[in-house]
Amino acid sequence: MPQVVTNTSNFGFAGVDETASGRELTYIAAISEALREEMRRDPRVLLLGEDIAGEFGGAFKVTRGLEAEFGARRVMNTPIAELGFTGMATGMALMGLRPVVEMQFADFISSAFDSIVQFAATAHYRSLGSVPWVIRAPCDGGLRSGPFHSQNPEAWFVHTPGLKVVAPGTPADAKGLLIAAIRDDNPVIYFESKPLYRTLKGMVPAGEHVVPIGQARVARAGESLSILTYGAQLREALTAAERLSLEGIECEVLDLRTLKPLDTAAILSSVRRTSRALVVHSANQLAGVGAEVAAFIAQHAFEWLDAPVARLGGLDTPVPFSPPLEDAYRPSALKIYEAAKALASY
Amino acid sequence: MTVAQQLDLYYWMQLARTFDERMLAYWKQGRGVGGTFSQRGHEAIAVGAAYALGPGDVVSPMHRDLGAFLTRGVTPREAFASLLGRQTGRTHGRDANFHGMSNLERGIIGFISHLPHSLPVALGVAMSFLYRDEPRVAMAFTGDGATNAGLYHEVLNMAGLYCAPLVIIVENNQYAYSTPCRQASKVESIAAHAAGYGLRTTTVDGNDVEAVHAVAIAAVQRARAGGGPSLIEAHTLRMLGHAVHDGAEYVPRELLAAWEARDPVIGYRRTLAASGASAKQLDEIDRRCREEVEDAVAFAESSPWPDPSTVTRDVYAVGQEPPSS
Repeated sequence: MPQVVTNTSNFGFAGVDETASGRELTYIAAISEALREEMRRDPRVLLLGEDIAGEFGGAFKVTRGLEAEFGARRVMNTPIAELGFTGMATGMALMGLRPVVEMQFADFISSAFDSIVQFAATAHYRSLGSVPWVIRAPCDGGLRSGPFHSQNPEAWFVHTPGLKVVAPGTPADAKGLLIAAIRDDNPVIYFESKPLYRTLKGMVPAGEHVVPIGQARVARAGESLSILTYGAQLREALTAAERLSLEGIECEVLDLRTLKPLDTAAILSSVRRTSRALVVHSANQLAGVGAEVAAFIAQHAFEWLDAPVARLGGLDTPVPFSPPLEDAYRPSALKIYEAAKALASY
Repeated sequence: MTVAQQLDLYYWMQLARTFDERMLAYWKQGRGVGGTFSQRGHEAIAVGAAYALGPGDVVSPMHRDLGAFLTRGVTPREAFASLLGRQTGRTHGRDANFHGMSNLERGIIGFISHLPHSLPVALGVAMSFLYRDEPRVAMAFTGDGATNAGLYHEVLNMAGLYCAPLVIIVENNQYAYSTPCRQASKVESIAAHAAGYGLRTTTVDGNDVEAVHAVAIAAVQRARAGGGPSLIEAHTLRMLGHAVHDGAEYVPRELLAAWEARDPVIGYRRTLAASGASAKQLDEIDRRCREEVEDAVAFAESSPWPDPSTVTRDVYAVGQEPPSS
């Protein structure tokens, strides 16, 4: 199980990667390792994005050192032109390359929206060809970064036919899902959780490690109720489950990991066993991914349920900046604890 | 340019024109599926530019560029079947009219309705040639209207920055749907403001196929030799409405009359006749075009509709279908 090393954050900018000891890696080091290994394995893989080249290595340093190893042709700095360089990645992908685009913050992906949802996502259906790119989108908040550096826009893309969407919540999955995304023949949006970058460590297999897209994982087994979640809320859910266990409530925590396509079999298997479901994500709740999960459960597991499906997500506001406001906005281990306790006693 | 090449240019333009006229008649009879776009007035740009490309090059035409699609290998049969939404069309009925004419194996990338969006994709294609050190060129077509979108400027900036082997053809047909250029921008020369991004720019008479071809050849050769991107602004007039439903009453009659007198296909026939091509030779090309188009219509009409049970297929690349819920 991933180990929480600290609950505070320096926004991920400062400090040195703690990649040293054995195979325990930080979440961010696992991402860097996946990129490096795939670039070594496959000469078609290249990186592009703002500020990613050279020793600077990107706003979060994920790509630091990669230009030195692979050259400027494979680690391309771009101007601030998300729409243009995402479309450029589509052209490269159509010609058989495997571009991995770094969206500096997931919040900026809206600038590239047309290029993703209109061109790339429809290309295969329109018989143009497959578009094997990956967009890495550093998402989520809790870092006091305000409305434009804290968002979780995954629902827009889950709603778009032709895309795949993944959201790892552990270092091992951060590596394994990124490798799977790079090898996938379809456009994949990879939501990496900034709050986990340097605060979450875990065991990561060395070398070849692929986590298949479309498979959820039982992160903690239990019978009392199911918490279905992903990304940074996985850690919150596990923390809450730990405490609830002391009170005799055994939560099953299902890490969805892939949001499109959803692992509906795993969702049903868990909920039909526990008969209670709480869906949690950092993104605002209204019409979020949790709405689809909840609707699916209501439609396919109604007879198994002992309580209405519960949901916990962000409020229907922009992501606020000031700590008390952001804490009021965003789900947390404490809020999950309270919601799960209420659900267990329904 | 050899006589054979000249006759080739005439053939491709006449094929596009013949197809267009047959298509418009078909739609007037109420037999078309959805809407479609006339090519009239754009034949010399589409054919003259696309004819400058080599075998390994990639082209990304827009909705007035049937001539480019045909020149680069889309067959009239595939094209008419695409228009009628049949299984034998390029997208098996998934995409509409001229949108659905991609063929990556032949180096053809279709457009989406959001017009500047072919440009970054073509830039990416060009960058893939640089990445692999291949002496190949990407050519993208767009319209005057698209040059007012931010994306157009992002692409020009990056093409110049990366010295991409990219040729952009801006078809300035004076109207974006109903809006004349002068009501959409103060910029008088699209070529002039593109030069600021480091592209080599040229302006050309878009109704003169040999002139278009000459500047396109120069741009393609320059890109292939590592000289970087070019932009060609080709002037013409869209002779009919934006799409078949549009009567284009907003275009002054005298403007249409002036450009009608300069029709690129009829004009080139006259030029070839004056330079020694026999009427028999040209008539034979015209006959061949009519025959090919009639064959295409018959093929499309006798082609099956797509099977509704296949509607969910191919959203994802082969073997990557998501489980159904």
